[in-house]
Formats: sequence, C-alpha cells, structure tokens
Amino acid sequence: MPYVHPEQDPAERRRIDPAIEMEGISKAFGSVQANRDVRFTVRHGEIHALLGENGSGKSTLMNILSGIYQPDAGTIRLRGREVVFRSPRDSIELGIGMVHQHFKLVEPMTASENVAMGTGDGLSRSRAKAAERIRDYAARFGMPVDPDKKVADMSVGEKQSVEILKVLYRGADILVLDEPTAVLTPQEIEHLFAILRRMREEGASIVFISHKLHEVLDLCDRVTVLRKGETVGTVDVAGTTALRLIEMMVGRAVDLSIERPPVGADGPCLSVRGLTVRDALGVAKLDGVSFDLAHGEILGVAGLAGSGQKELCESIAGLVHPQSGAILFHERDIVGRSPREIIRMGISMSFIPEDRLGMGLVASMDIADNIMLKDYALYGGFLLDRGSARRKAQSIVDRLAISTPSIFHPVRKLSGGNIQKVILGREIDLSPKLLVTAYAVRGLDIHSSYTIYHLLNEQKRKGVAILYVGEDLDVLLELCDRVMVLCGGRVTGIVDARTSRKEEIGLLMTGVTGDAPVPAGAGEGKA
Amino acid sequence: METGFAVMAALFLASAVRISVPLLVGTLGETVTERAGHLNLGVEGMMMLGASAGFLVAVRTDSVLLALLAAILGSGAGALLYAVLTVTFRANQVVTGLALTIFGTGVANTLGKTVVGENPPPAVQAFFALKPLHADLSGIRDVPVLGPVAGFVDAAFLQHNVYVYGAVALALLLAWFLRRTRAGLHLRAIGENPAAADASGIRVIAGKYAAILAGGMMCGLAGLYMPLVHIQTWTDNITGGRGWIVVALVIFVRWDPLKATLGALLFGALAIVGFLLQAYPQLSGSILFSQYVIDMYPYLMTLLALVLANAGRKKGWQGPGALSVPYFREER
Repeated sequence: MPYVHPEQDPAERRRIDPAIEMEGISKAFGSVQANRDVRFTVRHGEIHALLGENGSGKSTLMNILSGIYQPDAGTIRLRGREVVFRSPRDSIELGIGMVHQHFKLVEPMTASENVAMGTGDGLSRSRAKAAERIRDYAARFGMPVDPDKKVADMSVGEKQSVEILKVLYRGADILVLDEPTAVLTPQEIEHLFAILRRMREEGASIVFISHKLHEVLDLCDRVTVLRKGETVGTVDVAGTTALRLIEMMVGRAVDLSIERPPVGADGPCLSVRGLTVRDALGVAKLDGVSFDLAHGEILGVAGLAGSGQKELCESIAGLVHPQSGAILFHERDIVGRSPREIIRMGISMSFIPEDRLGMGLVASMDIADNIMLKDYALYGGFLLDRGSARRKAQSIVDRLAISTPSIFHPVRKLSGGNIQKVILGREIDLSPKLLVTAYAVRGLDIHSSYTIYHLLNEQKRKGVAILYVGEDLDVLLELCDRVMVLCGGRVTGIVDARTSRKEEIGLLMTGVTGDAPVPAGAGEGKA
Repeated sequence: METGFAVMAALFLASAVRISVPLLVGTLGETVTERAGHLNLGVEGMMMLGASAGFLVAVRTDSVLLALLAAILGSGAGALLYAVLTVTFRANQVVTGLALTIFGTGVANTLGKTVVGENPPPAVQAFFALKPLHADLSGIRDVPVLGPVAGFVDAAFLQHNVYVYGAVALALLLAWFLRRTRAGLHLRAIGENPAAADASGIRVIAGKYAAILAGGMMCGLAGLYMPLVHIQTWTDNITGGRGWIVVALVIFVRWDPLKATLGALLFGALAIVGFLLQAYPQLSGSILFSQYVIDMYPYLMTLLALVLANAGRKKGWQGPGALSVPYFREER
C-alpha cells in the first residue's frame, strides 16, 4: 500500500468517509472497565488528539485499534468499511501503524532488522532494501537514523524514529502515537512535530496521545476527550482553550497555578563538594559537582537526558560510590555508607526511569507489600507487621487518591500514574529529612502532576529538603526555589528560579559556559 | 614414535567426533527452541523418545528412512505436548520440561523392553558402515608433509558415517537460517521480544510452535544415534544424561549453531578422556575409574559447561531476551 496518495487532494478526501470510526467500543479487564461505549472518529488528513487522565482508557482504545486487544463490544470502520481485527497483523495490513508508549523494538537487533521484521520481504535482499528505504524516509522527514546501528545503543529519540520508520515502511496512512513526547527532549519534540506536520500534508491521518495541553493546542486539529473509559466529547482545537480541555478531562475546573511557599529557616541540610563519578569505562558521569541544599527548600535539577542526573541521585542514595568528593548530610559525610544506613539517616530517593517500570517497586507484589518492602528493615523482630503495613498502604492510597480496586492489587496492573504515586507516597511516608525525587511526574496527566506538586510543597513546609530532578522547565521555574543546571556531568549554573527565564536555563543546559556542547541523549545508558 | 602419537591423536579425535554427534544435534535442537524464548528441559526425555521409537522401527523394518521418521515423530509428540502446555496454556516451562524428561524416559524404557539386546538389522548396519568422505590416499602416502597431514585429517575427520556429516550440515544450515532468512529473523524476534514481534505482524504463537516442534525433532534424531549407531543395541536410559549436557552446552555456545560444533566436539573429547581413565586405571591411579564416578561424568560436564559459560562474562548478549517468559498478548 503506498503511503502517499498524491492523486487525492486532502480537501477532497475530507468529504468522503472518515479514516477511522470507532463506535460503542467496550473493553473490560477483569473487574476494571477500561472502555465503556466509546465513540471516536478521525477524519482523513487531520491530527487528532486523544486526551484523558491516566487510566481513562486511551491506551486501551488504541490497542484495540491496532489489533492487540479484542473489544468486548463495538464496531470499527476504516475508510467507510467495517473491519474486525484478530491480530496486529490485520491492522497493519489495513494501513494502521502504532508507535507504542513503551517502544516495541527488539533491542539486540539493528534498525533495519527491526524495520524489515514481519514484512513480506525476503531477508538478505530486504535488509539492503530496508536500509535504503530507511535512509530514504530518514532524509525525507529529517530523521537521522543509522540502519546498521543496534537499537540497544540508541537514544530514546532515535528509538522513536525507528518506530516511526517501521510504521512508514509498512505503508501506513493512519498513524497512532501513544504519548510520543513523554520521553523526548524539547528539541526532539520540535523535530517530531515537524515530521508529523509533514505527514499530515502528505495526507496521513494521525492520532496523537499526550498529557501536555500546549502540545495538543500547538499541533492538533481536533481533540477527543475520554474520562474514566467513556467519551466526553470531541471539539475543534481552534475553538477551545487549555482550561476548557482540563475541565473536560477532570470533570470540573482546576486551578493551574503552582504555589511556592517561602524557604524555611531550619538551616542547611545537604552539602555536596566536588562529587565525581566515573562509569566502568572511566568516563566521568559527574565531574566536580558542588551545591548546597537547605531544609525547607526545593532545589531543581535541569539538564538534557543523561547529563548526570541519575548518577547524582544514586550517589546520594548510596547506590553508586563516587570516585572523589564528599556528600555532607548534616555535616556528616555519607559517602561509602550502605543504602540502608542512608535511609535510616532520613534520606529518601524516588527515581522514575525512562521506561517508568522496573525500578523502585516489585511489579507483581501488591501495594501493601511494596510499602512494607522499604520500611520493614526499620523495625526489629523476626515476623513482619502486616497490619501496620496495610493501614499505611490504605492511608497512602486514600491521601494520594490512587485508583486501584484494593491495596492487594498487584502494582504491575496499575496505570503508570498510579504506580508513581505509590512510589512517592512510600518515600514521603518514611518522613524523610531529605527527599530526592527524579522525574516524579514523568508521563503523568495534569491532575496527577498537580497532586504531586502539592505533596512536595507539603513536605517543604514541614522542613524537608527536596532535590527535584525534572524535565519540564516551566514547572522547574514555578515549583523550585533554585535550579541547578547539569551539562555533561558538570554544574553549568545554579540560578534563582524566581528571577530566571526558561531561555537562560536552556542555554546552560547545552553548556554555554564555554564547554563543548553535549548532544541530546549522550551517555544515556540503559536505565 | 612420532607417527605413533599422530595415529593415537587421530583416533582420539575420531572418537571424539563420533561421541559428539548426539551432543551437537541435541544442542542444535535446543538452540532453535530457546531462540523462540522457550527453555525446554525435556531434552533428555525427547532424546529417549526419539531413540526408542526410531530403534524399534529400525529393528522391525530394517529401513533407515522409517527409523529416522519414527524418531522425529516420537520426539515431536513430546515436543507438541510441551508446546501445548507452555505456549497455549502458558504453564511454567521449567516444570513442564522436567515432567517431559521424566515422562519421556519412562515411556522410552518401557517401549525398549521389547528390543533389549537386539542389534540394528543388516541394511541399517550397512548404511551406517558407509564412509562417504573417506579418501583413497595410497597415491600421496609417501609425499613428505602432505602425506602424513592428509592421512591424519582422513583418519580423524573423514572416516565417519552419514549421521556425522548430516549433523555438521544441519549446524551450517541452521546458522544460515538464523542469520540470513526472514523466518530466522522472525524466530529471533519472537525469542527476544514477542510483544514487539507481534506488533510487527509476526505470527508469534505459530512461530513458537514451529520452533519447539523442530527443536524437539532434532533432539529425537540426537537420541536415535545412540542405539542405532553408537552402541548398536538397546539398554535402559541409553542417552545417559546427555540431554542435560545439551542444556548446558546451549548456554556454553551462546545459542550459536556454528560454535555448537566446536562445543560439542570439546565435550566429546572430555567424554573420551573419561573412558580412557576407565580403561586405563593406571592413568589416574585413583577411584576415578569407579563405575559410579564414570556415571557422574555427564552431570559434572554439565556443571563444567555452565562454569565455563559464565566465567568472566558480564557484557554483551546474554541470550534470548524473553527466554522462559510466557507471552500473552493482552497482558497489562
């Protein structure tokens, strides 16, 4: 199937049948009703946003469209014809391409192998052909991808390009992108948008899932909002505002300002001096990092992915032993102490990795057990105190409004946002004196993000010192007292968040202090 | 003296080649299975099933072809059972494989009762007495250097039967299949990341069934070598734990059919050393030649293979990414 239909004028195609019509779609997973009577229509040649809070059923709906899930009820029509998908193969054959939130790529294989995989071409010949077509598309849409590079060695941005190339290679003219910007840097996002606009011009229909409203308003033509698995409505982007969309998502008006309580007066908490961490190959991941953090202060950490944020957090938590430098907590050096000692001293860390899974929690255990996982060591005795863990779990679930059938539900089956709330809730529950949190709102919807900001501010008022590693510069400037910028493992500046501008930080992120700029994704290993 | 040593060495290598055949074929079979993400610990059981079914048919019909077919069907049946349980019902692969080994060994020993002590019939014996690559070297025997070298190579590697060369050919074919064909790419993708393969339009379930069946059938052919060619009669537990060496060898050779030929040869050579210790107790001068210790060799070698495979290995590819993880498309 050809990807471009130059003989058909986009305006002409808008008048005939819509590209996708999904009607009355329902899907339940056990007792959880993920979709209920959902209606979703996408016209030809438009970018259509699908909005909703975490767990509102967006991913489920798109997995139904791509043949991964079978709906319990409802019909799907493509270009006016009713279709039934028994497998992803059926959906691919009808020109639907999905770029999944968690990339579906085979890591030890090259880009061209991943692209050629599953297509009808014979291999030896098709590998060369795939490589050639990859270069072709890559040039056309401005995606720099080396066909012979292994996916495991790629940055997140490159992996996403491979996913998009895979879809294009299969000749898809309906493209579904599930939270494509969640893991990208601002530059990569701009790039992606240029590619998507280019595809729209060539007649493709695109479904775009995102939590970031300014992206939706910037890129999309129409928006459909889901709430708790049901369709709220579809509106034109031209006639709506961010506030209006949030109201549709949440079901009520939401205050979008982040408060910033003044810094407490309890004195210094953490002093880091000349911290240097090298990886196994001897490359410096942190290079002479020094900063101070006071009680009741939120210090933001900004930087491109892989600038040393992970190493900084892990050094403080005792998971990584620095080559040189000191980490003074209440004037005692904690370098060389075990993670357990450090937890006992009152330091908590939560780190949300890029894939948002696989760190901090045991996925198949339930919420209560995961909460016990960290604090059981603080009590003595041979037997576990399950009762108090249960009460603690219930109070965390209630306080953070975690949506789960019960505290005995395996964490793996919660949506991403709820998983993150469990992690943060557990760390806060330990009443730390220092809270290190990295990417706490990664992939979270607006409502959940604000819940997390409020939680952090609550801790700040209690005098907790908070190190907040973040991605969204607007939030860093609104939430934090000061922002430290990392570039290639060095501190390129520590600025006052009240008086600084985004552009200033953006420049520091690329190392404008005289050092060589570091490319996006440099030094980014497997999380 | 020097020629004497060369002759000894050639004979040693030739024995190692012969004894490595079931290890090689079994390793190839298990490699195919594991490349699809399934750890099948039923290798020993499938080897026994193939050995008994194939040998029974050989004794009754005196046909090599029917014997091979019976071995394939016998072990294939075991593999099918494993596939239904682990692919369709997503049962625990380790438990299912162990059960298959116990079950297959029991069935095979029962079937074999009827042919204990019988030898392969004449046509089968004649077929495996053929040495298709054996060269006539009388013309160059006296040429310096070339003559002795050719003689050594011939004695060590060219005086074998069809089974041996078939095994090597299978290894080459599989290496080519995995690296160069579309189906091979799809097989690797399924074993690495079935969700990604599925999303790319690859038929994951069908691919898993095909790989498990093909792998099991190869194990059956590995087993059949024992009664039909190697020992040339039937005894209980005729594969003698070789299935376990295979499981370790697959890891030792890093799921690579070409390395499997060398790995199997190495472990064949180690087995010969074991037999020599038994035959010449003065070599070891200790309890090492006790039958009980000899019986331990397969398991000791399994451990040795695992130690060698894991020593100092911390980087690079660690085997199929989804090995022994059941795949369910609608998993959340």
